[in-house]
Amino acid sequence: MSEVGVVQTIMDFFNAAVLAATPLLLATLGEILTEKSGNLNLGVEGMMYMGAMAGISASWLYEAAMGAAANGLVSVLLAVAGGILAGALGGLIYSVLTVTLRANQNVTGLTLTIFGAGIGNFFGELLGMRAGGYASITDVTKSMFNNIEMPLLSKIPVLGKMLFSHDFVVYMAVIVAVLMTWFLNKTRVGLNLRAVGESPATADAAGINVARYKYLATCVGGGLCGLGGMYISMVRFSGTWVHGCVDGRGWIAVALVIFAAWSPARAMIGALLFGGLSVLRYYMPIKDVATQFYDMVPYIATVVVLVITSIRQGKERAQPKACGINYFREER
Amino acid sequence: MTPLAASEVAVQLTNITKTFGKVCANQNVSLNVKKGEILALLGENGSGKTTLMNMLSGIYFPDSGQISVDGREVVIRSPKDAFDLGIGMIHQHFKLVDVMTATENIVLGLRGGMNINRAARAKEIKEISARYGFVLDPDKKVYNMSVSEKQTVEIIKVLYRGANTLILDEPTAVLTPQETDKLFEILRNMKNDGKAIIIITHKLNEVLQISDRVTILRKGACVGTVQTREASVKSLTEGMVGRSVNLEIAREKLNQTPDRLRISGLTCKNAEGVKALDGVSFTVRGGEILGVAGIAGSGQKELCEAIAGLYPIESGSILYIHGDKTEELVGLKPAQIVQKGVHTAFVPEDRLGMGLVASLDMVDNVMLKSYRNTKGFLVDRKAPKALADTLIERLEIVTPGTSTPVRRLSGGNVQKVLLGREISSDPAVLVAAYPVRGLDINSSYTVYDLLNEQKKKGVAVLFIGEDLDVLLELCDRLVVLCAGRVSGVVDAAVTGKEQVGLLMTHAGGQAEIDAGAKNANGKGVET
Repeated sequence: MSEVGVVQTIMDFFNAAVLAATPLLLATLGEILTEKSGNLNLGVEGMMYMGAMAGISASWLYEAAMGAAANGLVSVLLAVAGGILAGALGGLIYSVLTVTLRANQNVTGLTLTIFGAGIGNFFGELLGMRAGGYASITDVTKSMFNNIEMPLLSKIPVLGKMLFSHDFVVYMAVIVAVLMTWFLNKTRVGLNLRAVGESPATADAAGINVARYKYLATCVGGGLCGLGGMYISMVRFSGTWVHGCVDGRGWIAVALVIFAAWSPARAMIGALLFGGLSVLRYYMPIKDVATQFYDMVPYIATVVVLVITSIRQGKERAQPKACGINYFREER
Repeated sequence: MTPLAASEVAVQLTNITKTFGKVCANQNVSLNVKKGEILALLGENGSGKTTLMNMLSGIYFPDSGQISVDGREVVIRSPKDAFDLGIGMIHQHFKLVDVMTATENIVLGLRGGMNINRAARAKEIKEISARYGFVLDPDKKVYNMSVSEKQTVEIIKVLYRGANTLILDEPTAVLTPQETDKLFEILRNMKNDGKAIIIITHKLNEVLQISDRVTILRKGACVGTVQTREASVKSLTEGMVGRSVNLEIAREKLNQTPDRLRISGLTCKNAEGVKALDGVSFTVRGGEILGVAGIAGSGQKELCEAIAGLYPIESGSILYIHGDKTEELVGLKPAQIVQKGVHTAFVPEDRLGMGLVASLDMVDNVMLKSYRNTKGFLVDRKAPKALADTLIERLEIVTPGTSTPVRRLSGGNVQKVLLGREISSDPAVLVAAYPVRGLDINSSYTVYDLLNEQKKKGVAVLFIGEDLDVLLELCDRLVVLCAGRVSGVVDAAVTGKEQVGLLMTHAGGQAEIDAGAKNANGKGVET
């Protein structure tokens, strides 16, 4: 392979990794925010399905209603809003069950995964039946997800293509990660949220409304998961509903939260790494190695990461202490 | 009590009642605290002191009654309402976030600019510290702090919020005598600054030392309020318990005290690889109560568990001497150690954790120690049932019956079940770790009597305690632990509290201890 060819392959590999990493990053950020409030929401996979289905449905229904007059921008905004709202609805269901009704967090999260996957696939298939075979959005909407070329920056050789030529959701995800780092470490509200997740009784005694923080963080976190799901159906699968499209990415996001040690900044690195692993086989094919092996790699890496992180001990880079435990003020 | 001018009174509670289900925690309680005054709230465990104060700090809401602050009637529905009224509570179990710094914990939940601006906050905190005499590093993380430092953070947190009324729930329970003195000095500074202070406690000598007035609660009701200078230990106890109590702990010196356990060079490492016990050596004698003193977490738990065979031992030996036989206990399994007659009535922080099974009844719990002795596939329940009945009668255990799960029993009764079971197996060594933790005054004295009874029978009793007054009164000798090492073995009859306190904080530095001891004796050392 020529030198130019190698560089081209690396660039293509990197861009494919970014494409695969974006939904992982959004879902990981959502789950970090949720866990910072002390809610261990294992329903990420379900919320991603709900977002994936709602995102594509919103676009498709809008296009179907408007016909040729459909505006791509409106369609995409509807998809984004649909994805976020559906994910947030998942977070709301979880919050009502665990914060208000004090249901067990693990059971509720697992149930949400099953519920979300079921409802996502059901309505996704229904959409396909109504569309007469399979549901797919038109190029008017799809073109809005084209890479944004930036003046000057995108023209930088190699780096320009790798860093400054992506669709808007990629930039959104990175901005959310940066904002979240600032929010958690520098702001009063962020400090209060961390206190709620570490020790709700302390937060309560300090005059912080624990339930409100838990609800908000979980719903916003769910919204980010839903947005990640939307990205899968609208970009990864080019606006066509594919049965079972989320395919375990929600679970990888849950593992990535641990990998990133609850830091939004590290989540970017983790998501890119895992995104890269999941597309490795297209760019580094090794003769006689079955594709199934490549499919296994992200999951094996997840297991390895979980083992390593459980050995590592430290107070700061650990799960929020009250994560997974419901808070009840008058418990004696 | 003379009526007070409204302006003087900081907080007034009138006829407060609070019930939890059928349990009445407070009934028509009234009290007040004035500005520039320290009020002690005295009562046994379960007398409703903390519940009452929780209503003032917004954790609970009273069923009926009025609260007024600065002469104005108020409604406190949440901790935030309490802060807004200038009332702050320092809870017994600290409410701090471990992974955050002192500053972060102090500003938690406060309004202000979006950014925290830690440097400016740290400066404000230093100003408060200087004003009242605290020593605190604002950037230190809470998990790196000692108990006393954590308490300092709690108090500054309350002051930072502009509290004029401070409530401290058992503030000295976790402190060494020296730290307690320092705290009292700070409390006096705050009092002179015009703050109203309520201190919840059941330690009578502290009440007499620090407070201006005492309000006594008994079984949720207010017994009365007295001026501290007119009160005595005896009068306060009678108010608290409701009848006269003999507060003397008998200590008989026995002539025969043969060595029973000879522990030498005992070293254990905890999960983090840190030495929890470091070359611990001492002897436990039969017919003697050997007390173990030390700040919480100095290796007491590991010591008990090592003797019971539950903790991995790195090196050292535990020799068990019975008559003319000598046996090594290190390397034996817990069951083998029990067979030799070494019994551990271990009372960990949650007392139902290692000693008893909470959801089992008394018979089953008693049987846990003896079921192996019967042959065959089925267990014999008759003997343990008889033993349980005997224990109920002898130790005056209050329980609906032997088939009630022990979890439903009160703390004192659970303790009696546990101790009774261990004692009934005729031990040669009895290890009692914190046997009176959380018990009221009556149950505590029952436990002391039980231990003394065992001592008279020639049993070697190892008593891990936290209250230095009790340790010095009850025990014959004291082993003082500091950071996993033995910092001194002293004769309890002739040793002062200050000296033990110094030993508790000075590991290894024998010279310092000597100097401290001389200082405590008033002879003084020039440095």
